[in-house]
Amino acid sequence: MNLRLPSKVLEHIISFIDSNEDRNSVSLVCKSWFETERKTRKRVFVGNCYAITPAAVARRFPEMRSLTLKGKPHFADYNLVPDGWGGYAWPWIEAMAKKSPSLEEIRLKRMVVTDECLELIAASFKDFKVLVLTSCEGFSTDGIAAIAATCRNLRVLELRECIVEDLGGDWLSYFPETSTSLVSLDFSCLDSEVKLSDLERLVSRSPDLKSLKLNPAVTVDGLESLLRRAPQLTELGTGSFSAELKPEAFSKLSEAFTNCKQLKCLSGLWDVLPEYLPALYSVCPGLTSLNLSYATVRMPDLVELLRRCSKLQKLWVMDLIEDKGLETVASCCKELRELRVFPSVPDLDATNVALTEQGLVFVSQGCPKLESVLYFCVQFTNAALITIARNRPNIKCFRLCVIEPFAPDYKTNEPLDKGFKAIAERCKYLQRLSVSGLLTDKAFKYIAKHAKKVRMLSVAFAGDSDLMLHHLLSGCESLKKLEIRDCPFGDTALLENASKLETMRSLWLSSCFVSFGACKLLSQKMPRLNVEVIDEHPPETRPESSPVERIYIYRTVAGPRLDMPEFVWTIHKNPEIGVSHLAIK
Amino acid sequence: MITELEMGKGESELELGLGLSLGGGTPAKIGKSGGGGAWGERGRLLTAKDFPSVGSKRAADSGSHAGASPPRSSQVVGWPPIGSHRMNSLVNNQATRSAREEEEAGKKKVKDDESKDVTKKVNGKVQVGFIKVNMDGVAIGRKVDLNAHSYYENLAQTLEDMFFRTNPGTIGLTGQFTKPLRLLDGSSEFVLTYEDKEGDWMLVGDVPWRMFITSVKRLRVMKTSEANGLAVRHQERNERHRNQPV
Repeated sequence: MNLRLPSKVLEHIISFIDSNEDRNSVSLVCKSWFETERKTRKRVFVGNCYAITPAAVARRFPEMRSLTLKGKPHFADYNLVPDGWGGYAWPWIEAMAKKSPSLEEIRLKRMVVTDECLELIAASFKDFKVLVLTSCEGFSTDGIAAIAATCRNLRVLELRECIVEDLGGDWLSYFPETSTSLVSLDFSCLDSEVKLSDLERLVSRSPDLKSLKLNPAVTVDGLESLLRRAPQLTELGTGSFSAELKPEAFSKLSEAFTNCKQLKCLSGLWDVLPEYLPALYSVCPGLTSLNLSYATVRMPDLVELLRRCSKLQKLWVMDLIEDKGLETVASCCKELRELRVFPSVPDLDATNVALTEQGLVFVSQGCPKLESVLYFCVQFTNAALITIARNRPNIKCFRLCVIEPFAPDYKTNEPLDKGFKAIAERCKYLQRLSVSGLLTDKAFKYIAKHAKKVRMLSVAFAGDSDLMLHHLLSGCESLKKLEIRDCPFGDTALLENASKLETMRSLWLSSCFVSFGACKLLSQKMPRLNVEVIDEHPPETRPESSPVERIYIYRTVAGPRLDMPEFVWTIHKNPEIGVSHLAIK
Repeated sequence: MITELEMGKGESELELGLGLSLGGGTPAKIGKSGGGGAWGERGRLLTAKDFPSVGSKRAADSGSHAGASPPRSSQVVGWPPIGSHRMNSLVNNQATRSAREEEEAGKKKVKDDESKDVTKKVNGKVQVGFIKVNMDGVAIGRKVDLNAHSYYENLAQTLEDMFFRTNPGTIGLTGQFTKPLRLLDGSSEFVLTYEDKEGDWMLVGDVPWRMFITSVKRLRVMKTSEANGLAVRHQERNERHRNQPV
């Protein structure tokens, strides 16, 4: 019997599917489902901007309204990817300007975005609504001004931790008086002061404004004035609170906060003086997300604040909270789902020792919904990891950074193998894992076997031999992104598990012992992978067996990229020609 | 008499042509770049990283962890894994804290006046503008905007562009015909140094970036042969600093 749904019906059904993972599955069923799905996909996500060409994306998804792109590898966040590596937004913007003029939303992460890109966006997409740039660089406030000035229906403009050439605060004044559509504005990463009166007017004429994240140049007085004009805010990033506290200003500020009855998320708070914190008490009971990771206040003041936050789901804080503070969190914040604890000083020698593994154990005991952890700590124990795993098998994201490289369990002097084994075994929904401390190859055997749902794994200063990589690449069924630095394996495991790499988005290896010869061989064996050697020294000046500095391997249907800088080497697909910057013309 | 030229960030066009000349084909247009160009092949100025430092960068070099001294996290690139925004903020906090401590202790540096035209405090944070750069053997000094840079590689690239490279086919400031200057493998002729607020000359690159820009007064591209004494002093000073409470 030939059962075929009329395409209109199929289209209608598929239009209810939001998840791109599901849509990808749908598109594999048969040709007609592929066609119907692609014609109805509105939100397109490309996890690696070099995996496919912009033209191919535009061609496949004619109804695209939202495009999300990621560029540089994650370790670029830690300065491991040299400037100029790539991740340019321009080819994408240029292609979409021509082929997808109905595009309304662009979200870019770790990409190089120039003022020309921003100007082209402003000029090309008539109904442009959303621009979110995360960890991007290459543009100036002039480009932002172009977006502000031209995009009449702009709803969202967010610059999250970007490196921006700051030419002053004028860009804000480019929002025309007729612009009233703003829902979210985040300029927290900019340095320059914007004119407060311009900002006040913009906020006053934006009734839909729900999220406002200010930069440190906005003062307490400025904040108070803005809150008065936007009591409907649900998300607020404050300016800085480091000015001297004046009693009048304080009571005005408290009152302004009291009137923000819908505030759910609070961030910013750079250098906040503890005297200001009581002004926030009125919003604490309603907060679901609190980012104190730039607030240099000490434990007692933090505790006073946090014990009022009974609905808190997400907490980012510095290690100044200490074990004691986390104990309070464990008893007061029963809704907590995500905890991130960052170091308060950049180097090991002066780290806050009042934060230990015990803090995390407390939270794992007291917060039944805890599922996402990022924890920086000087040292750790297997016992703590095992306890955490037993308490919280529902953990989905576990990133532990033991700051001292190769640090063993400080009580038993053993490697942390057993601890991470417990995490991998018990947390069956674990999707993201970062390991640290002293780890042998065994740890990776356990992880490979048990962490069936882990999609992203980060490893540093760990393992003994090729076995560790072999375990990971032959196990870890769901692995999509693997990033490794400073581990002592060589070529064997990589070459033996080459086929695994096509099932992953990307693999980053730096300061390991993989040789140039292996990269060449891998590249020759696997035509659908780009094997990029990122090395200061031209590979041909050294023997093929010598290790290379960094390797970035990713699957792609776009072939080798054409925009590589001089320090990126890909192996020419034709072995007789040898090494060149371009694999194929 | 030394005349100083005000110099901005330097060339901001990324010269893709150089990298892709082998294969031919049109490189994708990328417009203006943020300032960083390709390092490596073009040569680079030596910074403190290139000198043997206390504690090896990779304990695994010796083949096993047992015998080797593990790297101190403060000397390893990108470790601990904290995003650069956050790292800048941490270093800034440290600098502001120590500045506050010094003020409270009643210490007034003699060189405060000199540094005023270089730094200005905004919201308690110290911001750096243009600082002077001189190079051994070059009569004309330049100025570079530290605000426009966020990493050492950025800065080194700008300075190379300034002193070693101008438009193709012209004579650069050094009087040499422009061609990529190979400064690799530790055999570089020049090294980048800076004078800090205390008047000491240090190798560029040994402290976190934000700490560097709050203490730098001026830069000097020095002949490597003259810089050897600096490496030793840097280590001594490092030892001193490590013993001081933060």
